[in-house]
Amino acid sequence: MKLNGGQALIKSLEMEGVEVVFGLPGGAILPVYDPIIDSPIRHILVRHEQGAGHMAEGYAHATGRPGVAMVTSGPGATNIVTPLADAMMDSIPIVVITGQVPSAAIGTDAFQECDIVGVTRSITKHNELVTSAQDIPRIIQEAFHIATTGRPGPVLVDIPKDLVDPNNPNSAMDWYWPDAVDLPGYKPTTKGHPRMIREAAKLIAEAKRPVIYAGGGILKARAAEALRELAELTGISVVTTLMARGAFPDSHPLCLGMPGMHGNYTAITSMQKSDLLIALGSRFDDRVTGKVGTFAPDAKIIHVDVDPAELGKVRRPDVPIVGDCRAVIEELIREIRELQATAGSGGTAQPDRSAWDAQLKAWQAQFPLRYEQGWGEGDALKPQYCIEALRDGSPEDTIVVAGVGQHQMWSSQFWRFNHPYTWVNSGGLGTMGFAVPAAVGAKVGMPGRTVWAIDGDGCFQMTAQELVTAASERIPVKVAILNNAYLGMVRQWQELFYEERYSEVYLSPDLPDYKMWAEAMGCVGMRVEHPEEVAPAIEKANAIDDRPVVIDFRVDWSEKVYPMVAAGTSNDQVILGPEMGEGGH
Amino acid sequence: MAVPTQPRHHILSVLVENKAGVLARVSSLFARRGFNIYSLAVAPTDDERFSRITIVVDAESSPLEQVTKQLFKLINVVKISELDPADSVEREMMMITVKAEGGGRSQVIELVDVFQGRIVDVGHDQMTVELAGPPSKLDDFEDLMRAFGISALQRTGRVALPKLERQPRRLPTSGLRAVSGKVG
Repeated sequence: MKLNGGQALIKSLEMEGVEVVFGLPGGAILPVYDPIIDSPIRHILVRHEQGAGHMAEGYAHATGRPGVAMVTSGPGATNIVTPLADAMMDSIPIVVITGQVPSAAIGTDAFQECDIVGVTRSITKHNELVTSAQDIPRIIQEAFHIATTGRPGPVLVDIPKDLVDPNNPNSAMDWYWPDAVDLPGYKPTTKGHPRMIREAAKLIAEAKRPVIYAGGGILKARAAEALRELAELTGISVVTTLMARGAFPDSHPLCLGMPGMHGNYTAITSMQKSDLLIALGSRFDDRVTGKVGTFAPDAKIIHVDVDPAELGKVRRPDVPIVGDCRAVIEELIREIRELQATAGSGGTAQPDRSAWDAQLKAWQAQFPLRYEQGWGEGDALKPQYCIEALRDGSPEDTIVVAGVGQHQMWSSQFWRFNHPYTWVNSGGLGTMGFAVPAAVGAKVGMPGRTVWAIDGDGCFQMTAQELVTAASERIPVKVAILNNAYLGMVRQWQELFYEERYSEVYLSPDLPDYKMWAEAMGCVGMRVEHPEEVAPAIEKANAIDDRPVVIDFRVDWSEKVYPMVAAGTSNDQVILGPEMGEGGH
Repeated sequence: MAVPTQPRHHILSVLVENKAGVLARVSSLFARRGFNIYSLAVAPTDDERFSRITIVVDAESSPLEQVTKQLFKLINVVKISELDPADSVEREMMMITVKAEGGGRSQVIELVDVFQGRIVDVGHDQMTVELAGPPSKLDDFEDLMRAFGISALQRTGRVALPKLERQPRRLPTSGLRAVSGKVG
């Protein structure tokens, strides 16, 4: 069958089962936008290419399927650089297709030319400049394979205009679809080494103070069920990192919640005092470890990751296991069962961990997360209260999407994540402005779910225009702006570490007028200033299902995120609140 | 076992797909960490789908291990081996143009002969010499030529392969420490 490159591209996406593409056309990608009209693939027209990238990410986060974005050359391509870097850091499978100037014009500084393959080399899992229309099906198939297997990540395919333009002979191709990918340099290891798994099972059986350190890899590997089985089989408590919130239910008695810079005291301290950390799909990020030299000093490490480069990158593991988290956990469970069976017939029994378990419970009781919402005249609205009210007033399987900063930390702390894939955020790159477009992508992928973006006022101003996309495409996402009129996290650091010298962090609560702005974008806009207005506003917002809703919560500007481990300090030094240490009034 | 003369120098032999842009992907991983590539040689292997890159890099072992792991993540990289200089054969080629006037001329010719080089071009007061061999031999020759005056010099960068087995009881892979390999 004779096709042109543009038709071949769209047909390849259909072959990959793509149901939606987020994008914005322009000169170089124009020929590809013509066959889209005849394709069953839904196209969502964004207002800025960064939005397309984050929507693809949000879609992938929520569904587990690769998100697809398509943009034009030059500025279209550079505008999607941030989402690519974001997806790279958080291992999100997305495929980005960029138009490129015609082959003959490459390297001539042509209009809207940019060497996007060069620009994105270090922020994609792989990228490719297509040089022949005949290669399009193969390269698209490889792109999806690479994006979704092993450690997932973003793949960019750059396609010169002449290869997709039916008026250009270079676009002629004979359609085919390869039976299988042939990538001699890409064979991810999925099955863990049996001897290492046996070693791990032995360490687990001997440990007195073990902790499971669950990371985002659990979610990528669809391993939440297996993790739960492992925890329940061994009785070992689980911390869930920022990228793993929801991978283990917060309601589970073995769940310790989030560790790290703004984690809770028990999660942080359990790791510090542990004698065995079972790291599953986690990467010893600096936000988790604090000062690496003093992190979990007595702990042996079992480290399971599909990416061999993670093993030993930060902390040398005693038992390194390269493999898919789910496959390895399942094998580990089998091995532990065998050990337990032999223990029953005269082998060594598991040490008594009741003192450790009691210690964990004591810490949880002594150091809960806390804040105080005052109900008197003039008492400011607390952001944490808004999040708890949202949580309590929304369906249990609501998907929560956050931007980056204080509101993100409070969301992770105060929501109760009891289902995997209900928490979408920008963890590694820390991309402000992530929430609104990612929420749109998540809602497109999971239309039956309630999707709340919890955003900061600073973040919201970066990408709010995608609510126009949401309104025009009838994607009823909900946005809670925790409006404290500041770049709050930066303000917090200036208060604590720069002697309250506030430099360029004030934003104003009223400029812009978020309610009017929301309405101008075709959304329902609301404003909430007092605690008693919170629940009714949320109830009203949750009842709206035909358009996006934005609530401007005017929250206490002075509220800070606690607990906190200051950057570069040891996880032994948890600042629990303003009464302790630096920044205490 | 011989002690390598330059302990911080590591030789990586990287088998890659023979495609546009692969060298840039490989070299940018070193550049990102501020590792200077000391020398680099690239050419297709006997199988034209693949090229072999021999990289000599100046780095401490532990960050290098991280770089090799990152290199291995590149889709176009098929196999990486670190070659132990003690267990590999290294060769390099050099062309050098030296001043060779009057009495110096015969001395240069004599040294070229001792080093088993070849004179490939002769001018009225200079000559160009080709010399191949172990990199240390090239270093020595370069030092000796300095006294006469070097007007141009180009080295190829080293290529290396693991030493072959002499004793059958030794393991067949000795000398080629597979850092990571994707193909069996």
